[in-house]
Amino acid sequence: MLELTVQIIANERDTDSYFRLVVRAPQIAPLIQPGQFAHVRILPMKDALLRRPFSIFQATADTFSILYKTVGKGTEVLARMRAGDELSVIAPLGHGFTVPPAGGETPLLVAGGYGMAAMFLLAQRSPQKGIVFVGGRRRVDILCEREFAAIGWEVRSATEDGSHGEQGLVTAPLTRELQKRLPGRKIFACGPTPMLKAVGRLADEFALPAELSMDEHMCCGVGTCLACVIPVQSGAGWEYQRTCTEGPVFDSRQIVWEVVK
Amino acid sequence: MNLAIQIGTLRMQNPVTVASGTFGYGAEYARLIDVNQLGAVTVKGIRLNPVPGNPTPRTAEVTGGMLNAIGLQGPGVDGFIKKYWPFLRDLKVPTIINIWGTTVEEYAEVARRFDGLGGVGALELNVSCPNIKEGGAQFGTDCTLLAQVVAACRKATTLPLITKMSPNVPNIAPLARAAEAEGSDALAVTNSFPAMAIDIHTRKPKLANITGGLTGPAIKPIAVKLVWEAAKAVKIPIIGMGGIQCADDAIEFLMAGATAVAVGTANFYEPQTALQVIAGIRAFMEQKKIADVREITGSVVVKK
Repeated sequence: MLELTVQIIANERDTDSYFRLVVRAPQIAPLIQPGQFAHVRILPMKDALLRRPFSIFQATADTFSILYKTVGKGTEVLARMRAGDELSVIAPLGHGFTVPPAGGETPLLVAGGYGMAAMFLLAQRSPQKGIVFVGGRRRVDILCEREFAAIGWEVRSATEDGSHGEQGLVTAPLTRELQKRLPGRKIFACGPTPMLKAVGRLADEFALPAELSMDEHMCCGVGTCLACVIPVQSGAGWEYQRTCTEGPVFDSRQIVWEVVK
Repeated sequence: MNLAIQIGTLRMQNPVTVASGTFGYGAEYARLIDVNQLGAVTVKGIRLNPVPGNPTPRTAEVTGGMLNAIGLQGPGVDGFIKKYWPFLRDLKVPTIINIWGTTVEEYAEVARRFDGLGGVGALELNVSCPNIKEGGAQFGTDCTLLAQVVAACRKATTLPLITKMSPNVPNIAPLARAAEAEGSDALAVTNSFPAMAIDIHTRKPKLANITGGLTGPAIKPIAVKLVWEAAKAVKIPIIGMGGIQCADDAIEFLMAGATAVAVGTANFYEPQTALQVIAGIRAFMEQKKIADVREITGSVVVKK
């Protein structure tokens, strides 16, 4: 983990309200593991002070990128920044996905919206190619399909309005695939909490392991403030663990869903 | 040039520490800053037994600051000693342990446990957390209860005691005097301000706890005034805190009457802040030809 001021190389609209931002960070980029995040301080903001966490999308030897949606004050200011502008980043942070070992489980990836971005490095670094299931409300919410296809992954998409892929939730094509009951598979997922909960339930039902990247309001990003906690099994009961430090990726069987908000 | 200050037997190499709850247990930030350059490390509040903390969301950003209602999640005395003390014990700078309880007896018991541990720099009595149902702020807003807590801890330990004052009182002076009279070595002024924020689209409070404590630059001028009022009321040193983002902010607190300062919420968005504050105080002293940082304390010029 390093704190550095980095320069923006590109910050371009992807679809609709989604943007791709690339920064030059040769000290950080080689350290990045799939599922980790960058905690970004948007320096032009003087009254909204907190850093914003973003999953890392792609990494090269000297750059990394994020894929974000403009959802509020922070991301709206970020979307107006240009190549050459500077950001403060603390990265890479968090405990990410377990890259499947060579000859190990066949990965099934499940993503909702910009959760897709958090899964790309996992797909790229996995020695086994697999299937990525991606869901969103509309066509514009289905991101980076091309990148997954380019590295030889099969993409199955679902949209709620039926404007792209099959109509409905991403859990429908996932369920059909799981019903084949092929052995030696493992699920990895990132997306909205209700989706993760549904994926966790399916993993239980089909007795497959699942790693879920959990989302909770984050503040410091490095484990001090205890804002971003989720309930995780511990001994006979449960305890709150930090999505920034013990997570964001948790074994789905460890998450105490009855207590999750 | 002297930057060192003294609070009871606690010696700090410079007047800058961090506010309890904003720096974890020290080790978390050690990968980003040299913790040994601080005046002291102040850790998150500890009570006797582990505390699960509040449901989420626990924080919300607001203009110029944030709300929090963490609920003092913590490992309890034993968990703290096992997990976090080895790192803190080996630091070159002292550790201030923030302690709390739901009864006077519990405060005293926690104080006794840390007295027996050896090597602790000071204890900070948290009598002002707004986010827990029992204990916390009720002790910090009632002179009689506050006096009982401080007196009980005073009996339980010879470690320096710092009483962390609530801002949520009509007049801080009588409480400050009560803490001083019962043997508190210093005051920490101030804790977060009870506050609330609502999501207008869902019509729900932004915090699961409904209300929380406001911190960050938004509270700084109110905190400076509280330090100034407390400093007029007591002779013991004051650690000033509330929205410090830079050396100028810290110097304001010193001029209002603080002997030391703590950087709080700024740690969350800029972990280098405390070290920048130390460097900035040094630069200010050079520029103004001030030989000893203690000369700045209480140097605000107020015409009678």
